[in-house]
Amino acid sequence: MTATLTRPVLPTALVEGLDDPETDGAVKTKEILIICESGDLERTWATTILATSAAASNVNVSIFFTFWGFFPLVRPERRITGENWMQKMLSFMNRPGIDHLKLSRMNFMGMGPWMMKKLAKHYGVAEPRELLEMAQALGVRLIPCQMSMDMMGFKREDLIDGLEEPVGGATVIEMITNGATPLFI
Amino acid sequence: MTVTTPVAKTVDARGLSCPLPIVKTALAIKELATGQLIEVLATDPGSTKDFTAWTKSTGNVLVESSVDGAVFRYLLRKK
Repeated sequence: MTATLTRPVLPTALVEGLDDPETDGAVKTKEILIICESGDLERTWATTILATSAAASNVNVSIFFTFWGFFPLVRPERRITGENWMQKMLSFMNRPGIDHLKLSRMNFMGMGPWMMKKLAKHYGVAEPRELLEMAQALGVRLIPCQMSMDMMGFKREDLIDGLEEPVGGATVIEMITNGATPLFI
Repeated sequence: MTVTTPVAKTVDARGLSCPLPIVKTALAIKELATGQLIEVLATDPGSTKDFTAWTKSTGNVLVESSVDGAVFRYLLRKK
């Protein structure tokens, strides 16, 4: 005897709702929370592309910048940040600022990012910095991680303008459990 | 369908890649009133699918979509 596979039957209202432009998305309030954790050029690119795409599509977007992902929030002209030698060493070894991000592979002492940005320019792709500015213009909330800020010795004046108040993990969890779709990048 | 309303704004996104055509349109449509038309010119081949998805998410209406050589033209009505 062979088992017959049956497709799950969806309620009619739900099936109809999928094709109904009146109920398809536009009426729902949608929210996305991107956790920007890596600070790599390609991942920060993905973060800013998705954030601007979502905000342009009427989705409420917040980005939480933490750990290596905190570095893009530092003003690109700041070179050495931090109070003690370890924090200073950190910014010396890992230059902060969204214009100075490294590729996670094929970085080649900066040749990789240079070529990638040259290609981006040729193909009309906006750089992470431009995308972050557009995200702000579209109302994306940029939220710094308080812990990363303290531990790595960043001060408020080291950071770009237009940021939200720094928060911690509990706020992030509260946003997710309240319905924001989380993306960990 | 004949369009009698004049185009209120044109977004020239030719030569720009994802997500710029959508982002520039979203920024430009903010300035318009409900029912006004916006025209978008793009060369990104992915923009056809993107604009269809975008109208679904935002409720704005894609009134017209055409291609002239490598240039896509979208006419959208603000919700």
